Amino acid sequence: MSVRATILAQVTAVAAQQKKKLAPLSDGLRLVDSGLDSLCLAVLVASLDDRLNLDPFAGNDNIAFPVTLGDFIKLYENAAA
Amino acid sequence: MQPPERSSLRQLAAAAGLSSRRFIADATGRVSMAEACGTVGTAPASPPTWLPGRLPVVPAETFRACSVMVSSARQLPAVLALLRLDGIAGRIVLCPPDAAPDHLPAVIAEARISAIISDGTGPALPAGTPVFGCPADAPPDLTDDAVGAATQWLLFTSGTTGRPKLVVHTLPSLIGPLDDGLGLAPDAIWSTFYDVRRYGGLTILLRALLGGGSMVLSRADEPAADFLARAGRSGVTHISGTPTHWRRALMSGAAARMAPRYVRLSGEVADQAILNQLAAAFPAAEVAHAFASTEAGVAFDVRDGLAGFPAGLIGKPGMKAELKVVDGSLRIRSARTADRYLGATSSMTDADGFVDTGDMLELRGDRYHFVGRREGVINVGGQKVHPEEVEAVLNRHPAVQMARVRGRASPVTGALVMAEIVLRASAGAEPSPILPDALRDDILEACRRALPPHKVPVTLRRVASLDTTGSSGKLSRRTQDEHA
Repeated sequence: MSVRATILAQVTAVAAQQKKKLAPLSDGLRLVDSGLDSLCLAVLVASLDDRLNLDPFAGNDNIAFPVTLGDFIKLYENAAA
Repeated sequence: MQPPERSSLRQLAAAAGLSSRRFIADATGRVSMAEACGTVGTAPASPPTWLPGRLPVVPAETFRACSVMVSSARQLPAVLALLRLDGIAGRIVLCPPDAAPDHLPAVIAEARISAIISDGTGPALPAGTPVFGCPADAPPDLTDDAVGAATQWLLFTSGTTGRPKLVVHTLPSLIGPLDDGLGLAPDAIWSTFYDVRRYGGLTILLRALLGGGSMVLSRADEPAADFLARAGRSGVTHISGTPTHWRRALMSGAAARMAPRYVRLSGEVADQAILNQLAAAFPAAEVAHAFASTEAGVAFDVRDGLAGFPAGLIGKPGMKAELKVVDGSLRIRSARTADRYLGATSSMTDADGFVDTGDMLELRGDRYHFVGRREGVINVGGQKVHPEEVEAVLNRHPAVQMARVRGRASPVTGALVMAEIVLRASAGAEPSPILPDALRDDILEACRRALPPHKVPVTLRRVASLDTTGSSGKLSRRTQDEHA
């Protein structure tokens, strides 16, 4: 499964697990409007770390948290490259 | 058990009776109480055969008013040294067998140690301080003419990282809280998973010595099943340990080799699951959980089989130890708390004489429950999570034998809750870090039912075993956010 597909699957899974209503997913969707709260996003990052063995935030104190879902996916794709 | 303030440990142990039934044993040897107190005939001409002869043995009197450190891997030699040096030495530092050798030079300097009593085992000792075997003789009893202050007993604090602090006690401060009538039977045979160089173990040893009973000592590297079998063969009637010790004991499948009358938990929060499991495993035993800390001493014990303690104990008059809650943490005032940390200029008590235990309480109904250490708190986006609270939920799941919860760094919320679990033998297939999905979902669903979302573990990892912190027997807790 590609990084993108894994992220989209996890976003859906975390929302279901945390009983959140998810907005229709698109690259332009702002994460704050996605229906995922901070805890959901934290859980998403942790589960992607577990599944992809990838944490683009680790060891980088200055990284800006991505604003849109597209930014978020790109951050992971770049880290995987 | 109220001692005259001038008596030595040896005098008090002898005063409780020296019947031939009384003994002290560890995995390597056994001595009668009379021999341990040095009252069999005259002083033995040679040290007991189980002491290696490589170290010089000098009369106990040599150490009068000296600061000595007692260090050995085995517990029996250390107990004998205590019996023979209390009332003689000015200060005795009880070095736990898992003390980091790197820390010993600083401890020796700070406590001004001039001699080490050892059996040649234990942590590597720094050069420069003379090492002796345990004195073989019984020094003369203290009399009213004896001058000088009581021997100081210095204990390492447990559960902290970095250099240990030394807590200053005396025999009266150690014995004072034990005046609860527990185990005052000539046939009581005490044991503990703890090491007696730790407060939790030392109080059990003192109960045995002063209450007229016997003592079966543990050994750090002894498998739980072997220790339980040995305790059973020795006829142990009263036994104590941490909840973690007890979970391991139950996991070992060897609990049935022992038939105690009294089972005690201390040192960690006793959740309802472990209390229930022990009540089922030892139907004939009273199961009690106690609260004590190295600094504040034994405060109280709870014998109704329920987790937490009755709220009425807070502020209750007439208690040996007075309790109050300040900012959610338990404070204890008692005449028997430790004096101070060695080298500290400030008192360890507040303006009213209470010791802040740092143990956080939560009132649920008419009982207070311990929800963890103040410093163990995991901060999830500003919301506090006490690991013990989540562990208690995990431990209630029928497939979970033991759980450890800690913080995991998160770029979003600062920290998240993660858990490592040991499955019961019957619950899983081959050990693997991977949990079957169905079981993972079931455990997490149980957490979601019992806990608000931020307290539900984000990561659930299966592990083969969980470490305990050496002789303190507590579940090891690495600092939170170790993932960062």
